[in-house]
Amino acid sequence: MAAYILRRLLATIPVLLIVAVLVFLMLRLTPGDPAAVIAGDNASTEQIDLIRSRLGLDQPILVQFGIWAGHLLGGNFGESFFFKKTVAELILGRIEPTLSLAFVTMVIAVSVAVPLGVLAAYKQGTWIDRMVMGFSVFGFSVPIFVVGYALIYVFAITLGWVPVQGYQSISAGFGGFLQRLILPAVSLSVIYIALIARMTRASVTEVLGEDYVRTARAKGQVERIILFRHALKNAAVPIVTVIGLGIALLLGGVVVTESVFAIPGLGRLTVDAVLARDYPTIQAVILLFSVIYVAINLGIDLAYSLFDPRIRY
Amino acid sequence: MSPEGPVLAVDGLSVRLPGGGDRAHAVEGVSFAVGPGEIVCVVGESGSGKSVTAFSVMGLLPPALKPVAGAIRLEGENVLAASPKRLRDLRGTRMAMVFQEPMTALNPVLKIGDQIDEVLRIHTDLGPADRRAKVLAILGAMRLPDPERIAGSYPHQISGGQRQRIMIAAAMVLDPALLIADEPTTALDVTTQAQILRLIKEMQTRRGTGVLFITHDFGVVAEIADRVVVMQKGHIVEEGRAADVLRRPQHSYTRMLIGAVPSLKPAVTREIKAPVALDAVGIGKTYRSASLFGRAKIVRAAESVDIRIRRGETVGIVGESGSGKTTVARCIARLMPPSEGAILVPDIDIAKLTERRLRPYRRKIQVVFQDPYRSLNPRRTVGASIIEGPMNFGTNHADATARARDLMGLVGLQPDALARYPHQFSGGQRQRVAIARALAMEPEILIADEAVSALDVSVQRQVLALLRDVQERFDLAILFITHDLRVAAQICDRIVVMEKGVVVEQGVTAQVYAAPAHPYTRALIEAAPGRDFGVGEA
Repeated sequence: MAAYILRRLLATIPVLLIVAVLVFLMLRLTPGDPAAVIAGDNASTEQIDLIRSRLGLDQPILVQFGIWAGHLLGGNFGESFFFKKTVAELILGRIEPTLSLAFVTMVIAVSVAVPLGVLAAYKQGTWIDRMVMGFSVFGFSVPIFVVGYALIYVFAITLGWVPVQGYQSISAGFGGFLQRLILPAVSLSVIYIALIARMTRASVTEVLGEDYVRTARAKGQVERIILFRHALKNAAVPIVTVIGLGIALLLGGVVVTESVFAIPGLGRLTVDAVLARDYPTIQAVILLFSVIYVAINLGIDLAYSLFDPRIRY
Repeated sequence: MSPEGPVLAVDGLSVRLPGGGDRAHAVEGVSFAVGPGEIVCVVGESGSGKSVTAFSVMGLLPPALKPVAGAIRLEGENVLAASPKRLRDLRGTRMAMVFQEPMTALNPVLKIGDQIDEVLRIHTDLGPADRRAKVLAILGAMRLPDPERIAGSYPHQISGGQRQRIMIAAAMVLDPALLIADEPTTALDVTTQAQILRLIKEMQTRRGTGVLFITHDFGVVAEIADRVVVMQKGHIVEEGRAADVLRRPQHSYTRMLIGAVPSLKPAVTREIKAPVALDAVGIGKTYRSASLFGRAKIVRAAESVDIRIRRGETVGIVGESGSGKTTVARCIARLMPPSEGAILVPDIDIAKLTERRLRPYRRKIQVVFQDPYRSLNPRRTVGASIIEGPMNFGTNHADATARARDLMGLVGLQPDALARYPHQFSGGQRQRVAIARALAMEPEILIADEAVSALDVSVQRQVLALLRDVQERFDLAILFITHDLRVAAQICDRIVVMEKGVVVEQGVTAQVYAAPAHPYTRALIEAAPGRDFGVGEA
């Protein structure tokens, strides 16, 4: 197991290397000049050249890459072109809202979807099953901004229970934190509830036909425990897979969500950095996301062996 | 509840089948009783209603099957009228059940100790320490080595026979009055089967449990039954003391079932002098599980196995699970490459050929697998499955179809049935389709890997006859893999006995059975059930 984890961690090195090269090249091949953005509309060519040389952008691309890579190895993500801060500071300041939103969304999604899916599997073919599956189709089909604005209209504007937009750090009080996070998290979770509930239903349905479920009934076990102890654990592997994919998609989608709900997270940072051609920040954020993706995948694989003792690495 | 009364009394039970089946009731008007300390065997072929009867008692019928008449009294209480809650209370305490497939009947993701403990948690108020003591005690009573270790293991970490002992342990831990065993030894090796039968008998004697034992195998009946109930198509056709039914069966169906049990006396004494079709020399298969930090595990599934088959000859490989017989068969068919050795057909070594060079030889060696339910693609018509192989080798569609129609007739099926899907056939018919599929390739060598093991005895006999027939017709060399010494005796000219990856004995079938040289061969023959009663000797 430890050897397996080590091997997987070593395997992330080439992944990060390729991502680093690609991101670096693509940024410099796309149109747009950071120096021109910083200098503003009325700057002279000399001023722009000066800024460019100060940022090191007048160097050959290979040299630029060498400098950046060298700093990275030393743990230094460089300095933002635009925000007058180090990239590390920028990311640290923005990571909490993003991770909080993803975490709360997934907690809501899993705790609603898994019981719903199990229930639908147990009551297969009944109106309960059809309700759950109907909701699932709804969740897939309705765009997030519709759900988001509908929720805002009802709970923020009409009922006034929660603020319309914004974010409050968890350090400033858990109540306020949750109050501001709950609407975006619920609206984001709708599609993941649909996805996870469907997968849970399919997987549990299959497992409920297994002989050991019959054995559990032969022991006199009650249905609730048969469902959640015998069936769900055996059904877990595909469910965990979609949950993991869900987390990855969720983090990839923060760019949109954070804009809709005005949350100052990594997604917003990315948008701002792209608009400003802030190369070091974009590079760092994308690298960070690749690390997170690799970690999620490793987490999924390790979770398999947690649920199924036959899977050993 | 009267102490003298039967533990179980089934009285006029009828269970309705959902509409559209070939008959209205799965079982109809079934009545019998199981006394305390008595073993009653319900015998019948697939579709006889024996398992439906057993599941009715436990209240575990699939929702589509409904008991519509009669009563099932467990110690006087009608379980058909019991509430779901009352049924749950009875299961595990007063009645318990052991199933056919010990691998799938145990939950693969829960520890064995916990799965036995579950019964105690459901039905008793015992504390953790008391429950633990009880679990270890019952594991010990099942003659399981090192109960502590077993309790902490998962099902995949122990053998098939041990798993069935676990099932029995979970069933017996609360001393039920009735134990229902549904084909509990069918999936096990003969020597393991003998041990499990002994264990059930011992439990029943010591604890006075009434046992309802479902089986298709009259050999097993002879080993274990006090009384026998014979079922056919949902009805009881004969009932009586085991000795009477076995010695003087009254009903023709019973006589047919007993007569269909293959004899241990070899049927064929042919000496084949035809040219060699296949010569496997020194076949070995080694599995290595690599590990990053040393201690790579090496498993030798087969070691220096020599097998020679002549044209028109049937050579059997017999052995129990883990003996390597299937590994050898798969190597010879080149479904997997052997680690060492040569496979000469008859003078080109195909053991190490690349896939591309191997292709022309693929059609020469064809395989019929054990499970006809899974070896045919359920989404394709059997016709499509049969003509696929020849068409891969350049036969055009019309010719391949014409040949498929001929073959269907040859294996005893309607040529028009080519348009049907596998699920529209019975198990025996499907195995005929599988044989037709193999023959469509015009092979020289046919490998039958447990090809009749999943079939009822009467169907088994027909399929064996079919194999003999096609062998003669096409001068086929047949490699017949089986765990069943009775079947091997009926069809094999020569026998190769394998144990733990090596050949321990081989020779002409009649000689091996008359004077087995190796102790393992003797143990296998002795473990064949029903020998004392002379089942299958007729």
